[in-house]
Amino acid sequence: MKHWKKTILTAFGVIFSAASLTAADKVSMGFIYVGPKDDYGYNQAHSEGCAGVQKLSWVKAVEEASVPETTAVQETMRNMINLDGVQVLFPTSFGYFDPHILKIAKQYPKVQFLHCGGLYTEGKNPKNVGSYFGYIDEAVFVSGIVAGHATKSGKLGFIAAKPIPQVLRNINAFALGARSANPSATVQVIFTGDWSVPVKEAESATSLINQGVDVLTCHVDSPKVILETAERRGIYVCGYHANGSKLAPKGYLTGAEWNWSKVYTDYAEMVKAGKSLSAGTIPHLVRGGLKEGFVKCSDYGPTVDSAAKKDAEAAKAMFMDGTMVIFKGPLKDNSGKEILPAGKELKQQDISLESMSWLVEGVIGSTKS
Amino acid sequence: MTSDSIGWWGVVIGVLAGAIRGGTPFLLVSLGECLTEKSGKINLGLEGVLLMGAMSAYAISYKTGSPWIGAGAAALAGGVLGMLHALLVLRPKVNDIAAGIAILIFGSGIAFYFGKPFIQPSAPQLPGIQLGGWSSLGQIKAALTISPLFIFGVAVAFLMQWFFRTTRWGMHVRAVGDSPAAARAMGISPTRTRFFSIVAGSALGGLGGAHLSLFYPGAWTESISSGQGLMAVALVIFARWNPTQCLWASLLFGGAQAIGPSLQAVGISAGYYLWNASPYILTLVVMILTCSTKRTLTGAPGALGANA
Repeated sequence: MKHWKKTILTAFGVIFSAASLTAADKVSMGFIYVGPKDDYGYNQAHSEGCAGVQKLSWVKAVEEASVPETTAVQETMRNMINLDGVQVLFPTSFGYFDPHILKIAKQYPKVQFLHCGGLYTEGKNPKNVGSYFGYIDEAVFVSGIVAGHATKSGKLGFIAAKPIPQVLRNINAFALGARSANPSATVQVIFTGDWSVPVKEAESATSLINQGVDVLTCHVDSPKVILETAERRGIYVCGYHANGSKLAPKGYLTGAEWNWSKVYTDYAEMVKAGKSLSAGTIPHLVRGGLKEGFVKCSDYGPTVDSAAKKDAEAAKAMFMDGTMVIFKGPLKDNSGKEILPAGKELKQQDISLESMSWLVEGVIGSTKS
Repeated sequence: MTSDSIGWWGVVIGVLAGAIRGGTPFLLVSLGECLTEKSGKINLGLEGVLLMGAMSAYAISYKTGSPWIGAGAAALAGGVLGMLHALLVLRPKVNDIAAGIAILIFGSGIAFYFGKPFIQPSAPQLPGIQLGGWSSLGQIKAALTISPLFIFGVAVAFLMQWFFRTTRWGMHVRAVGDSPAAARAMGISPTRTRFFSIVAGSALGGLGGAHLSLFYPGAWTESISSGQGLMAVALVIFARWNPTQCLWASLLFGGAQAIGPSLQAVGISAGYYLWNASPYILTLVVMILTCSTKRTLTGAPGALGANA
């Protein structure tokens, strides 16, 4: 019996080492999502990024969807490393980072862990961990401009999950964009309290539309229900995460989309060139906006007029040449308190923007829960 | 485009319309559970049934192009899960709470598994019944676009009341639920009666799922049910196992669900987590107010949950 076991084990060993040998020729990447990969939202955006690198002949990419932010994700990471021979892992959900990525990263120092979001701390976290994120508020700002042109009632609606900095930054960018086109426009915010609560999202959309809001946008995991509700009630809507124009063919104005395939291709090329996080040849913090191609705007919907297009394109051009600053003085919050005096500005790279806790003038809502 | 604002009326309309829109799944699931519990068995699996119903309705509506066939499929899927539950709990010494939780997990697992390819496509929706034609306000028109399944649910509520009170079969169900031994002595088979009660109850729960995916919010996602199936079970106790009271209780829960968002829409943003929790707080309050150390709940089937 013992003899048999040994033979079988050796056979397995041979098979596995053979598998890892063939995998070694290619850059092997693993992607993990918290929800389904075709939700018209956050996860679909990442999955499209994965599909982008899969097209490259020298990349082998595996993905797993609907992995909860529990020890389940540690198991998935281990499986991808041990069975698929993955060299670079992209666990994309916010809650994967601490403690799951940190724990597994210590156990596998040769594997590189790249997390989407702003949680990495230099010096404190393992060296083989890095963070990447996009300045999607730039694309949201452009959506705001188009929304400001489209609204007739001057009332815009924003359905958000939670009052955390990334979300507030988008709400503020949307409001500032809209008010640059229509200074009297207001943005009414509803916080649903969680990332994916479809009934509450539909209820929020309906309530906002009943209050006369005629352009909606959102920051939730999957904008599908909101897009469809807006379309049914015959109002305009701006998308988020992925292109939602198919869900609202009449009312879709434009939208802020991630362009992860560009980001993932960059990483794949760095790994192919033998670079690594631990050696410091791959930067630990990677950020970018419209200019760097991290985010993009959806194509304009059929109702967007030429004046809106002109303003939106002008803003895009300024983002492309780096002269656009979204948060600049004089800037007040919605309680009248001054945030930035005239002449001061916060550039996109300013780290204080990643801990935003205020809503700008023109936003109706409160960050207190 | 609606350009006219209706201010505070929006909250009133929102809550009333929310009661109907959001209350429909509660109504159908609680009626199903009411029937099941009247026969003396508990089906905690209705959360899984709700998801399975939502998924089947959406998938079949997408595949066939007919939302009505989708709704039928939801009832069928609910019925099949109910049959599974019935086959389990009607064996001697099987605990119906445990079996119900198994059905809950099984139902949601199956729904997620088969539902994967249907998250993205848009399925044809059930047509709303327009009762707001008299009003020129878009808000009223939208609020009075009623789900056909709501109308169906209201009809079932009154029919079930009549069924329990005056029909022979209704009496059989009640007899089996109150005292299976006495029912057996009367020549009624508790097993057969309970089997049909569980299957029919589960089919109603499946229809509740069809409302979620084919009417409001009208999409299939894995978080579509968000605990509504479980809350509906509590709602049956709240409604004292009385079908028409299930209707009022469902409307109350549906309305409570809409309070948070509609208040925020008029700019009242304080304490929205608290408002969002209002349906749950309501459940607790009702449970506390109605419990008594001196008597059992009036209307509770005598043999409910007993392994007999």
